[in-house]
Amino acid sequence: MQVTRAEQPLARDIDKRSLIDARHDRIFQWVLKFCALLVLATLLGAALSTLWGGHEVLFGHSLHFLASDAWNPVTDDYGALAPIFGTLVTSVIALVLAVPVSFGIAIFLTEIAPTWLRGPVSAAIELLAGIPSIIYGMWGLFVFVPFMANVEPALSNTLGQLPLIGQLFQGPPLGLGLLTAGIVLAVMILPFISSVMREVFQTVPTRLKESSYALGSTTWEVLWDIVLPYTRSAVIGGIFLGLGRALGETMAVTFVLGNSYNITSSLLMPGTSISSSIANEFNEAVGIHRSALIALGFLLFVVTFVVLLVARLMLRQLAKREGK
Amino acid sequence: MSAAGIYLRRRITNAGALIFGSLATALGLLFLVWILWVTISNGISSIHPNLFTKITAYADQGGLSNAIVGSLIMDLMALLICAPIGVMAGTYLAEYANSSRLGSSIRFLNDILLSAPSIVMGLFVYVIIVLPMSNMTHGNVSFSGFAGSVALALIGLPVIVRTTDEMLQLVPGTLREAALSLGVPQWKLTVQVLIRAASSGILTGILLALARLAGETAPLLFTAFGNNFMTLHPLDKMASLPVAIYQYTNDPSPAMHSIAWAGALLITLFVLALSLLTRLLFSRKKVSYE
Repeated sequence: MQVTRAEQPLARDIDKRSLIDARHDRIFQWVLKFCALLVLATLLGAALSTLWGGHEVLFGHSLHFLASDAWNPVTDDYGALAPIFGTLVTSVIALVLAVPVSFGIAIFLTEIAPTWLRGPVSAAIELLAGIPSIIYGMWGLFVFVPFMANVEPALSNTLGQLPLIGQLFQGPPLGLGLLTAGIVLAVMILPFISSVMREVFQTVPTRLKESSYALGSTTWEVLWDIVLPYTRSAVIGGIFLGLGRALGETMAVTFVLGNSYNITSSLLMPGTSISSSIANEFNEAVGIHRSALIALGFLLFVVTFVVLLVARLMLRQLAKREGK
Repeated sequence: MSAAGIYLRRRITNAGALIFGSLATALGLLFLVWILWVTISNGISSIHPNLFTKITAYADQGGLSNAIVGSLIMDLMALLICAPIGVMAGTYLAEYANSSRLGSSIRFLNDILLSAPSIVMGLFVYVIIVLPMSNMTHGNVSFSGFAGSVALALIGLPVIVRTTDEMLQLVPGTLREAALSLGVPQWKLTVQVLIRAASSGILTGILLALARLAGETAPLLFTAFGNNFMTLHPLDKMASLPVAIYQYTNDPSPAMHSIAWAGALLITLFVLALSLLTRLLFSRKKVSYE
């Protein structure tokens, strides 16, 4: 317990120094933690603020809002069914088209293409994700809509004559509509899905694939029976990631959807979606109308949150197995 | 079925799959070329010096200068907001909360925020900034360039958080141990050693965020609104290139459309140049680590 005089001030200096350091460390950590918590606050804030902004409609006539297909700013009668319908239909079309094409691209980039070609091609495909959505919208409106207007009569005459699904492809060849919006969305989400697929396909242990090749499998059999089962959860995660993008996309669909509150059996008819309703009407809306639009935003946020949550959980499953 | 028959069928299936894969890739590239070609060919024929000198108030003069300036101001302000916050949040995740439950849940939710719909971020900022400001100032200040940049910052934030987090995790642990063994406090270690070591990666993240937010339209519609005159004041309604393109595209007149195409070309070139730049930065970085 005895401390000599010579050592005492030195020890005290060190103590003081380390106390100051410790305090700075604590402050530094608090600041960092605060910033990290802002990320949580953003998500929570986005949910709560849209809930609050739309409370008049969401709590005032919640069942009516969710179950009605009316949308009438004159009588202030709002139902979310038509925008929800449009959002879901366009996203489903986008997935139906984008998933097989993305799978094909992933096959090409991991199995078919010569090594020197893989880098440039995957960079080019990812460039699709970098193009701003307003450009997709302009291209959609000025180039793709007229193109579809020429294609749609042929669709009605061929696919439209089939039993069961025929109804989907009958209608006026406007060019605008759910199908066109779905195709534009498919092009937009293609790079997201294909890059997830490509990445997870590359995580499959080479020994699994080579064992299968050694037993005489073809490339397709290795892909279908070895690679896909091994990466199933992550592939589904990638698809959900694309779905999340498609649900929330605004500018690309606003121009080509036609903005009409319809629920139709024909994919060639114009429709509306949650995001395009908000984009089109928000700045002219007042009172209940504005509240209804914010409530739509809340619904969109909740749905995409759930979809993206599933996507991330699925993607994490493979990452976990990789870690083991 | 004979063995030869089965073999033939397997080979045909395989060939079909390989052809399908190549066709799918060709289709993807076709759309890329198609969209870029349309943008470039329509854009170049509409590029005119007036774009940079005239404002949108006199639409027949074909100017976009106020939109270009507005976009530059808001993108820069958005970066000033989201870059420091994002880098600090990413540092927290990588250095302080790497294996804690809080850290992994923030990381998880940040990934969700990364693909959250941007229009909802616009609504969020409308409710928390535009409405209160309008109420406080009795409608004098409502939509503003500031609100627009906050909305854009929310788009860029998760990108920066994620890259910073990943880049710091790439810094070898020996560097941390070496600094700590010299008695350096952790904040100094973080600021002077780790962030410096990961600086090019973090810069990549910030540029990626810029590329992402510069093309965003939806969050600006009801935050910055748009303005036909030149303004530098952050509390005024502010024009931006994407919103101007949106308005001109909705206009029935073909003259407007051609101005929109010119704007579209500018923004596409800007965004694609940025993503090429980040690719260059990033590939150089990878080499230096191996």
